[in-house]
Amino acid sequence: MLRERIQASNYSFLDKLRSIDYLLILLIISIGSISVFAIYSTEGGKFSFYTKNHIIRLSVFFSLFLVLSFVRVSTWYKNAYLFYIVGLILLITVLFFGISASGATRWINLYFLNLQPSELMKIAVIICFARYYHRIQSSDIQSYKFLIQPIILLIIPCYLVIQQPDLGTSILIAGSGIAIIWLAGLNIKYFVYSGLLLLVSLPFAISILKPYQKSRILTFFNPDRDPLGAGYQIIQSKIAIGSGGFFGKGYLKGTQSYLEFLPEKHTDFIFTLFSEEFGFLGSIILLFLYILLIYRIINVGLVSRSFFAKLYCFGFATAIFLYVFVNIAMVLGMLPIVGAPLPIMSYGGSSLLSIMLGLSIVMSCKIYNQEQISVY
Amino acid sequence: MLNRGRNIEKGRVITRRMFILAAAKILLFAGISSRLYNLQISDREKYEILSDKNRIREWKTPPQRGIIVDNFNKVLASNDRVFQLHLILDEISDFDVTIFKIKNIIGLDQFQIKKLYKKKDRLKPWDTLVVSDNLTWEQFSKINLYLHELEGAKPVLSTSRYYPYANDLVHIVGYVGDASPKDLEKPEIKENFVPGLKVGKYGIENSQEKMLIGNYGIKRYEVNASGKRISQIDYIKERQGNKVNLTIDIEIQKYAQELLKGKAGSICAMDIYTGEVVAMASSPTYDPNKFTHGINQKDWQEIRNNPLKPLINKSIAGLYSPGSTFKPLVALAALEYGILDPNKTIRCKGHKHPYELYGVKYHCWKKEGHGYMKLRNAIKQSCDIYFYEMARLLGVDKLSIIAKRYGLGTNVLGETYNDEKSGLVPDTKWKRRALEQSWYLGETVINGIGQGYIQTTPLQLCLMTAQIANGGYKIKPHIIKDESINYKGVISKIKLDQSNFPLHERNYLDDINVEYYQRMYHKKSNINFVLDAMFGSTNEQYGTSYKSRYENPKYQFAGKTGTSQVRRITDLDRELDLDTEQIEYKKRDHALYIAFAPYKDPRYAISVIIEHGGSGSKAAAPIASKLIKRIIDRHKLREQFNNGNTSLA
Repeated sequence: MLRERIQASNYSFLDKLRSIDYLLILLIISIGSISVFAIYSTEGGKFSFYTKNHIIRLSVFFSLFLVLSFVRVSTWYKNAYLFYIVGLILLITVLFFGISASGATRWINLYFLNLQPSELMKIAVIICFARYYHRIQSSDIQSYKFLIQPIILLIIPCYLVIQQPDLGTSILIAGSGIAIIWLAGLNIKYFVYSGLLLLVSLPFAISILKPYQKSRILTFFNPDRDPLGAGYQIIQSKIAIGSGGFFGKGYLKGTQSYLEFLPEKHTDFIFTLFSEEFGFLGSIILLFLYILLIYRIINVGLVSRSFFAKLYCFGFATAIFLYVFVNIAMVLGMLPIVGAPLPIMSYGGSSLLSIMLGLSIVMSCKIYNQEQISVY
Repeated sequence: MLNRGRNIEKGRVITRRMFILAAAKILLFAGISSRLYNLQISDREKYEILSDKNRIREWKTPPQRGIIVDNFNKVLASNDRVFQLHLILDEISDFDVTIFKIKNIIGLDQFQIKKLYKKKDRLKPWDTLVVSDNLTWEQFSKINLYLHELEGAKPVLSTSRYYPYANDLVHIVGYVGDASPKDLEKPEIKENFVPGLKVGKYGIENSQEKMLIGNYGIKRYEVNASGKRISQIDYIKERQGNKVNLTIDIEIQKYAQELLKGKAGSICAMDIYTGEVVAMASSPTYDPNKFTHGINQKDWQEIRNNPLKPLINKSIAGLYSPGSTFKPLVALAALEYGILDPNKTIRCKGHKHPYELYGVKYHCWKKEGHGYMKLRNAIKQSCDIYFYEMARLLGVDKLSIIAKRYGLGTNVLGETYNDEKSGLVPDTKWKRRALEQSWYLGETVINGIGQGYIQTTPLQLCLMTAQIANGGYKIKPHIIKDESINYKGVISKIKLDQSNFPLHERNYLDDINVEYYQRMYHKKSNINFVLDAMFGSTNEQYGTSYKSRYENPKYQFAGKTGTSQVRRITDLDRELDLDTEQIEYKKRDHALYIAFAPYKDPRYAISVIIEHGGSGSKAAAPIASKLIKRIIDRHKLREQFNNGNTSLA
């Protein structure tokens, strides 16, 4: 009878509004506003191209997020595989019809936006895996039959993204997928073994990397190896952040970024600029906002009934964490430079779109958190 | 129920795993925070320094060179506007292409291009390459026309050294050129150098570098990663070098050079009281402007291979036997030491009966002989026989003391020119030391007529004349205005002294050193005797320069001719007795003349040397005569100007 009640439950619009996670919305707006200021600063305090575009994208995608939040979580569930397949098709399209920039082919020209399917794939993998593990019995999870399928589902997009080439996104996709496999309860020994295997095969893996990727990794271990070449970005980024000090150099006063010592300052290195201008204090506050965001997402998972919602929220929270961590660790010189934008902060339509999409599914989980999704 | 049980179990697993993940996340975020702490708080200073280093870059701006002016503030070396082409190296993506384009626009030859590549290799990537520092207007406008096609090209309006009096002053003022590694070792250049700065290579430009070079400015710019200037944050302005004020009168200098045109030689003129060098001409000459932007090979070879040696400043670096111009000094020495009564008579019997000493014959220049001569006449008619005898009686060592005291044998202008020669006033000690031989009396005898070992520069002869003409006072010769000298005071002091103290108190005849503006004579009558004899030489019949005299007392001058042999005169030469024109140029005598003017109340001393000009009376005295007139004509102007009335200039 409980099931009946739940399945039959009709949410009134008021109920829905009441169950919205307003703190989550507030966090998104906060980080979004900070990002506008940061991008405004990358343009040297001029209201031009990047700032305008970023504001437009933020508003459009934020509206999209609000609208999509009211889509039933069961609808997401039903269309999860479709989502994945569309993502895959787009990735294959990139392979043949993609447009190139700085030696990589990652985008599809959609006229209003250069779509980067690999960004969408980050979400698609999570939602697809969440659905996959939603219906698998905990007793079956350890069986090879059910293990081999997600691995294949993961390897295909990762391979396609590496081909672009885009090592960073590929690692992030893999990371999110693996996170869900972990959450679903796969025996810990698999993780240990595959971790060991990865370590052993690392030299071989490096040998098949593209020269620029290799040099990035070598540079990571020793940035002074080539201070004006591959090590340039990381050295300059560290100088920028370090010279910011506790309170920062002040808004619009970041000399490093303003004087163009920073490459890609409005995308991958946005944190560097922010940190130079707002210092340790600002950085910690921004980091705290991200932690809150992740906490709220996890919270939605905790209060959701369905495994799908739980898996999705926990997985997505982990993905957000991965993006933030990889990006910041990268600009701090703790990880090699791989293309990984900072969620919401970085300029870039596809990344923003996929994050907003992901967040709207989280919100949907929140609004419909009592919705039970059939396991069968 | 079974399902539900399983589901509860699955839910628990998921939640547990989530918490494990969350713990890992917190750990990793803590790692990031500590890293941020490290960078922004612990190592902040280090990164701040690096950040400043990154963004601030200095450019040195070249100073303007100080100008050089003459006595009347006329500019002798100025900084003129020139058109230059600079290349900002870090704005160029392909140097070869840019150079190729420039080559086609302004027309560079292969040699120049090679030089540019060499120059570029020495520069830092953000430096500026000076492609040409002296474009014609046509080239400059062409560059501007094609500017949009030339990456990093910057047409620049700059200044460069210009010498308006070109050839007339090169030996005095000198010229500038690119700094050599040796130049860069000099502290005054090293401290103030900016790439591309021209430095003094010769003359005043070289010796007064410290005054002229100025201080460079510094422009500090904030730059971006590619070195592009974003904004200027600091500008320490460059300081132009100081003005160097010469004592030269460019009008007289120009005239002196004109008088020397087509000849090799020198003219020097000096104020006999203040020691100011009014003119110092040397011929032949060349154009210093050619050196400013690097002289081309052809011009350089032409100057260097000229047999008349234009590169030598003959006034201070040309060494000549003074010949008979030395005679007034010999006579003065003999009188001062009381060796000889000026009324002593010696007979000059001509070439048939020359002066004989230990079987060696010494001839007078006059074939027929002068007959009976007293000292005044001997000076006036320049009789060699009289001076042979007088020199023998005097001895070389005493003569050398007087010669040195009156300015021979040392640099006249001190440190002002590094190519100045000190000449040579021989004595017995010198010969023993330098040649390790003892002195022969015969050498004393020919020394008496200014031949033999003795070597003087034209400026030394001028100084010698000046110091006799001013009544025997030591003066401080100089070519750069000396603020420490009170000119008016010096003149009145000497003139007062002249009338008050006829006899020198102390026995000074063994002492060479005399302080400035002090008397150098023992007995004033001796000086007056010599001056009077020189007057006779010019203004009385039979005087050697009688033809060049002025009757007008305003211009009337007194002088002494000289003819300096450049080789030994043989008996055969005496027999042939050829005219100057018939002798091969290289073997002709040098013509010399020294004079002071006006005779009453003298003010200027002058020396003229015409290399291989023949006799002094024919070649040198007329030139001196012309110049003296010009100097005296300009005297009033100079006096007024120097006394502070600058409006006359």
